[in-house]
Amino acid sequence: MFLVFLSFSCKSEVKTKVKDLTLLPPLEIYDFSGIEPYLNLEGSKTYIINFWATWCAPCVKELPHFESIQQAYKKDVEVILVSLDFPAQYETKLKPFIETHQLKTKVIVLDDPDMNSWIPKVDLNWSGAIPVTLIYNSSKRSFYNRTFTYNELDSELKNFLTTN
Amino acid sequence: MNILYSLLLFISFLFTNSTTYQGYDIGDLATDFKLENIDGKFVSLSDFKDAKGFIVVFTCNTCPYAVLYEDRIEALNKKYAIQGYPVIAIMPNNVETKPGDSMESMRKRALSKGFTFPYLMDVGQKIYPLYGATKTPHVYVLESTSSGPIVRYIGGIDDNYKDASLVKTNYVEEAIESLKNGVAIKQTKTKAIGCSIKL
Repeated sequence: MFLVFLSFSCKSEVKTKVKDLTLLPPLEIYDFSGIEPYLNLEGSKTYIINFWATWCAPCVKELPHFESIQQAYKKDVEVILVSLDFPAQYETKLKPFIETHQLKTKVIVLDDPDMNSWIPKVDLNWSGAIPVTLIYNSSKRSFYNRTFTYNELDSELKNFLTTN
Repeated sequence: MNILYSLLLFISFLFTNSTTYQGYDIGDLATDFKLENIDGKFVSLSDFKDAKGFIVVFTCNTCPYAVLYEDRIEALNKKYAIQGYPVIAIMPNNVETKPGDSMESMRKRALSKGFTFPYLMDVGQKIYPLYGATKTPHVYVLESTSSGPIVRYIGGIDDNYKDASLVKTNYVEEAIESLKNGVAIKQTKTKAIGCSIKL
């Protein structure tokens, strides 16, 4: 059994200490039409949609804050992390990253090369740099072209929770 | 009006986490510059006396999207420099934040990939805010006129970062071909994912 794991790890040349990639849940990969519903959910919660990638240093730096916010506001908030990682790196970078960081927040993957078509659909003011974050609920919607500290994210979120 | 604008911009710079520069819009006069190239010489747009225009690309070594487009940027220079529209690449990151974008690293990358265009460093990060570049890669196609270089296109290179053979629309090529033929550019602004410029 151990030998099977070992040979599998060598074959896939995983650089992090992941025991067996097949044990990790499959990634939810969508083109933009599959992501779009997540930008317009109609539940009673406040939704935080963060666009990030493992290759984006400022994205990775602020990711723990989104995890903490999701844990702190389990009932009222749903955080969704939309990964823009490259398909060639799903197995070698993204999946190991999710495993190593023990991400509990929902991760979905956007794979749609026609960026000029969907970037304006997320927000007209978005030029395409990441990270960006969308926070919305039934009464308020804001797009943030910036990074967040935990306190900044918490402070912005509170504006939404009081109006919901 | 100018003072008010500058003041507002200064205040917004102080209070926002992300720096939101106005930058150029289509039709604006683009600033020239004097930036150091990987060969130690300084390069300005005005050095290119016969240029009909320029393909200014803000790019770097360390952003995967920029790296994916390196060969296509080189191909643009091979095709258009002799037609009077050279590529001018500018690395806008702060090297202290991104040591992988040092002049030495830029030189090594240019050598290994066979770049035939100037690869300049925006030392002091003064030029990219004037253009309004927000990420790498970010392209500004300029047209030479009697008043100076005018911005005619801003945005991405083409519509498929993954596979050059699957590209349906090559935005920069279409812009240059329109300029060559004296017709209006159909898509003057496009959007693309890229890495934020590192302060």
